[in-house]
Amino acid sequence: MTFLWGLLWGLAAVMFIAGGAVIGVWWERKVAARIQMRLGPQQLGPAGVLQMIADVPKLLFKEDIVPDNADKPIFRYAPMAVFAPIAMSVAVIPFWAGWAPLDSTVGMVFYLAFPSIGVLGILLSAWSSHNTLATIGGMRAAAQMVSYEVPRSLAVLSVIVLAGSLQPTEVMDAWQWWWIPLTFVGFVVYFIASIAEMNRGPFDLPEAESELVAGYFSDYSGFRWAIFMMGEYGALISASLFGAAVFLGGYRWLPGVAGLAVFLVLAMVLITAVMWIKWTFPRLRQDQLMTFCWTVLTPLAIVQLVVAGVVALWL
Amino acid sequence: MIEPQDTPTDQAAPALPDLDCAPDVVMPEVIYEGDNTIVNIGPSHPSTHGVCRVIVELDGEIVRHAEPVIGHLHRGIEKMAENRTYLQVVPLTDRLDYVGSMYANWAYCRAVERLAGIRVPERAEYIRVIVCELQRIASHMMAIGPAGADTGATSAFMYTFWQRELVVDLFESLCGARLTYNYVRPGGVSFDLPDGWIEKCREFVAQHPAAMLEIDRFLFGNVIFRARTKGIGVLDADDAVSWGASGPVARGSGVDWDLRRDDPYSVYPRFDFSIPVGDNGDVYDRTRVRLWEAIESCRIIGQALDGLAEFEPGTIKADGMPRLLAPRPGDAYDHIESARGSLGVYLVSDGSVRPYRMKVRSPAFCNLALLPLVSEGYTLSDLVVILGSLDPVFGEVDR
Repeated sequence: MTFLWGLLWGLAAVMFIAGGAVIGVWWERKVAARIQMRLGPQQLGPAGVLQMIADVPKLLFKEDIVPDNADKPIFRYAPMAVFAPIAMSVAVIPFWAGWAPLDSTVGMVFYLAFPSIGVLGILLSAWSSHNTLATIGGMRAAAQMVSYEVPRSLAVLSVIVLAGSLQPTEVMDAWQWWWIPLTFVGFVVYFIASIAEMNRGPFDLPEAESELVAGYFSDYSGFRWAIFMMGEYGALISASLFGAAVFLGGYRWLPGVAGLAVFLVLAMVLITAVMWIKWTFPRLRQDQLMTFCWTVLTPLAIVQLVVAGVVALWL
Repeated sequence: MIEPQDTPTDQAAPALPDLDCAPDVVMPEVIYEGDNTIVNIGPSHPSTHGVCRVIVELDGEIVRHAEPVIGHLHRGIEKMAENRTYLQVVPLTDRLDYVGSMYANWAYCRAVERLAGIRVPERAEYIRVIVCELQRIASHMMAIGPAGADTGATSAFMYTFWQRELVVDLFESLCGARLTYNYVRPGGVSFDLPDGWIEKCREFVAQHPAAMLEIDRFLFGNVIFRARTKGIGVLDADDAVSWGASGPVARGSGVDWDLRRDDPYSVYPRFDFSIPVGDNGDVYDRTRVRLWEAIESCRIIGQALDGLAEFEPGTIKADGMPRLLAPRPGDAYDHIESARGSLGVYLVSDGSVRPYRMKVRSPAFCNLALLPLVSEGYTLSDLVVILGSLDPVFGEVDR
C-alpha cells in the first residue's frame, strides 16, 4: 500500500512538473519575445497557447539518438538522474496551511539536499556522451552547482534560525511579515544562487549555447532531451515555489484558497523575474562565476545569517 | 587545350615523375602532450559566424592554442571570374562578403574602371557612397549583435538586427535584392534611386544614432558584458600593423588608419566625418569602434544625400560604355574601406573580354589570421567572443 501511494505521489510530481514545464516554455517564449520586440507564438490558439500541446508530441515522436561512442546504459538513464531529484524536492514545499506533500521534520534540509543530487546526473550524462563539449559542460556544471549550494543553503539557514524549526510547515507557521525586510539580503542571495543552481542565464555556462552548443546534453535528442528541459523548468518552478513560501510568506498572506492563489502568484512573479534576467544579461565566465559566488554571495549570506541569529535571540 | 589521346586501358598508368621544383610538404605529426584536450569548434557550431573550424587545444578551460581551419566555403570565385566577362563577374563579387555585398561590388568595379579608364558620373559616385555607408551600418549590426549573442545576450542581437532590417529594406526598394545586390556596376550603378527613397533614407539616418546610443548604453554599459569583453583578446597596435589587420580590428587597437581618409577615393574628401579609434585593442574596443562608425556613417549619408540634389537624376552610368568591356592589356589594383577593413581587388587583363586574373585582398582573411595570436591564454568562453570580434565573413575568407 505504501508502495502504491509512493507511486501515485511520484506520478503526481512528474505531472506537476511536466505541466509546469510545458506552460513555462510557452510563457518564457512570450516573455522573451516581448523583451526582444517580437510577438512569440501566436498562430496556434489564442496567444499561441496550443503551441504547448503541439510541442509535447513533437518531442515524443522525435528519434531517440544514442551516439555510437556513448556509454549507452548510463547515457540512457542519466536524464532520469537529473530529473528525479528535482521532482522529489517539490514534495516538501508547503502549499497549504499545515500541509505539504511530504511534511518531513527535516524538510528544509531535504529541500536543499535533493536538487544537489541532480549534479550527479549531469556529470553522468556529460561523461557518458563521450563528447568534449559535453564533458566541459559537465565539469562546469559540477563546479558551479556545488559552489552555489553554499550561499543558497546559508541563505535558507537564516530563515530556519528565525523559525527555529526544520519542518517547512512549522517554518510557515512561524513566519512573520517583518521577516521580508529582515531576510531581504538572504532572499536576494537565495534567488541568485537558485538561478545558478538551475543553470539558467546569466549562469548558464554548463549549456552555454554559443560556446558548448548545448553543453552536457549536446548529444541528447527527442524525449531524453525533453527530460532535461523538464528538469530545468522543474528546478525553476521548485526554487520559485520554495522561495515564495519561506522568504515571501507564501499562503500566509490570505486565508484559505486565496492564500494558495497568492502563493502561486508570488511564485509566478519569481519565475518571470528569472526569465527576465535570463533574456537581459550576458553570460558570466567560469572564473567570474566562481569569484562572484565565493567573494560576494557567500559573505553576504553569512552576514545575513548572523543578523538573523542575533534577531532570533530576541524572539 | 589538351588534345584527347587514345590511352590503352590494359596498360598501367605511368608513374608521375618527381618534381624537383619544390620539396614535398611534410605535415608535422601533431603530438599533444600532457593533459590538454583537443576540442573542435565547428565547422558547424552556433558561434563560428559561418563555416569555420577552430581546433582548440585546451588546458582545462584555458586556450593554449587555437587554429582556424578555413576553406569550407571555398567556391573558387577568383578562378570562376576568369571565365566570365567583366560585367558577369559582378554577381560573383556579391558572394564574397555576403554581409556587405556592396563593398565587393564597388572594389571590383573600381578596379575595372581603373583598368579600362572609365570615368564614373558624380551622381553615381554619390549613390555608391550612400549605399556603401548604409552597407557599413548593416554589416556592423551583424558584428555588434552577435557580439552580444556570443556572450549570451541574445536580446542585443535582436535590437541590432532590427536596424539591419531597416537598411536591407532600403536596399530592397533600391535594387530588389536583400543580400546579394549586384548594384554597383562598372561605370556606375544599375538603377537610379526610386521615388521617395531619399526621404526613407533620411528617416533611417535620423533614427539610427539614437538606436545606436541605446545599444551603447544597454549592451556596452552592461556590467557583465564589460567584464566579459574588457581586456580580452588584446591586440597591440604593432601586432595589428605587422599582421596586416585593417578596419575596425586595427582601429580598435589604436591604429588610426582608414582608407576613406588616408587614401581618399570617390567623393569621400568632400564629406566631413571622423574615424573612431579605440585604445586597448580588446574585444570591447573593437566592437565599440564599429558602433561609433555606424553613427559616423549616418553623418556621411546625410551629407551625401544633400550633395545628391546638385546632380541631374538619371546620370548614373558612364557615357560610351561598350556592351562588352575589353580593356587594354595591363593590370590594376584598387582598394576601398569595407566594413571589415581594406578590401582590394587586383585585376589583370590580356586584352580579351574576360579578366586574365582576379585576386581579392580580403580583410576578413587577414583579420582571422590573428585568432591564434589574440586568443592564446584566454578561456574557451573568451575564444568565441574573440572570434566574433574579428568579424570574419567566410564567404570572403575562403572566396
